[in-house]
Amino acid sequence: MFGFLTYAFMRNALLAILVSTPIFALLGTTVVNKKMAFFSDAIGHSALCGIAVGVVFGLTSKSLSMVLFAVLFSVLLNLVKDRTTYGADTIISVFASVAMSLGLVLLSIGGSFNKYTSYLVGDILSITQTEVIYLSICLVLVIVFWIFSYNSLSADNLNRALARSKGINGKIYDYIFSAFIAVVIMFSIRWIGILLINSLIILPAASSRNISRNTRTYHLWAVIISLISGVSGLLISYYRGIPSGPTIVLILGGIFFVTFIIHSLRKD
Amino acid sequence: MAEEHAHKLKDSCNVHCHCIKINGLSVSFGPDKVLDDVSLHMHCGELTVLIGPNGAGKSTLLKAILGQISHEGNIEFKETKTGNVSNVMRIGYVPQSLNIEREIPITVYDMFASYISRYPTWLPKNKKLYAKIREQLKIFSVDDCIDKQVGKLSGGQLQRVMLSIAITPMPNLLILDEPVSGIDENGVRDFYQIVNEMKSKNDLAILLVSHDLGLVRKYADKVVLLDKKILCKGKPDDVYEDSNFKRIFGTEGA
Repeated sequence: MFGFLTYAFMRNALLAILVSTPIFALLGTTVVNKKMAFFSDAIGHSALCGIAVGVVFGLTSKSLSMVLFAVLFSVLLNLVKDRTTYGADTIISVFASVAMSLGLVLLSIGGSFNKYTSYLVGDILSITQTEVIYLSICLVLVIVFWIFSYNSLSADNLNRALARSKGINGKIYDYIFSAFIAVVIMFSIRWIGILLINSLIILPAASSRNISRNTRTYHLWAVIISLISGVSGLLISYYRGIPSGPTIVLILGGIFFVTFIIHSLRKD
Repeated sequence: MAEEHAHKLKDSCNVHCHCIKINGLSVSFGPDKVLDDVSLHMHCGELTVLIGPNGAGKSTLLKAILGQISHEGNIEFKETKTGNVSNVMRIGYVPQSLNIEREIPITVYDMFASYISRYPTWLPKNKKLYAKIREQLKIFSVDDCIDKQVGKLSGGQLQRVMLSIAITPMPNLLILDEPVSGIDENGVRDFYQIVNEMKSKNDLAILLVSHDLGLVRKYADKVVLLDKKILCKGKPDDVYEDSNFKRIFGTEGA
């Protein structure tokens, strides 16, 4: 059963999943409550641009350039969103398409885009120990952020003016929150791929919401669902020889429909 | 009548008497002047009601007082007993609506705690905090709602929950933004009664945006008719006789 653990790449893959799925679940709870699924999707798409910037400018650390780009992009997106009279989804769409196209163009300059197609669908076996360490740091940071700021994020989301009257400056938390999403996506894009990354954020929380009535169960179920799908998806993909990203997302999708049915059957 | 009224006000101002002065407040969005030179004076134990047509800038005025949008002019807060003038006043606010859906997994405890405490609501319930919230909800007899989902409360229940959040901790000024929407007639009457009790019991200055002209006349101490600038203000009976009032609301309200 645990024969796969003899391979270093599978150990890394398993560790990556154990560390990153709880992050996605936690961030997802608020992404879903704030109805910003489209926003996180856009950040996922823009990741390609972050990678391209790192490659083109030959920065010594690709990860560093990706993180810087992610933070910059999310802050810029928020700034423009707050200062425009267009609908937020229009602005997000503009930003995402420009960033993604820029990424595609930059990466094709040497005529070798094929090298980077793995970023689209992801390859979990390519994950390195360094990336696992980065993801672990992310997990710790997200938990610390969640301890200190979850209440403020939630209060701001329910009503910004009310939050302000209680001395809670929601905008700041909003910016930090988006930056976290952007950074976590950057570190995970390698194994899950740009096309599927948003499902890892949205589906656990959406499923949990079907069966939860308070903040505590909402978080608990999101993390459990996320972990179970991640680990079982990895194992199934390993033994069946199918790609792990889509397998995980299919399991998440199945869980969503099961919880949806539970929710429909349940009376208040 | 006026003397009697003033006397009553004086009596109710026993502990922390204060007043709030808004001086020459103006707000512009680009070239449009949305609020023009609004000056208001509010006392503790007094219910000031803001009325006006749609787009008169009522919500903008509330937001400016809450410090949410930049404005000209200033807001002064004065303890009348000590004569100390300060710019720090605690404002309680009941918004028009919340960004919630029926199924949102947030209970009254979760929502309340998120506004008054830093203890994360995603961790197991904090007993002390839970007890405190229950006590505050009890003031408006909605303590039995503490574990209900916020999206499943009735309009009246949600209203009372929001009021308890607004007065935890007790503010100097309580701002209520059209709190009557989505509530039936009895609910509205109850609400005005609660507000009325609250202002005299707690020495609160209350600023209310309302559309219910009948109840306003009954409960307001002062009415302010706003349409980008203050058209008239004073006791309800006087404002309701004003020509501006009749022009905007016809004679039905009076």
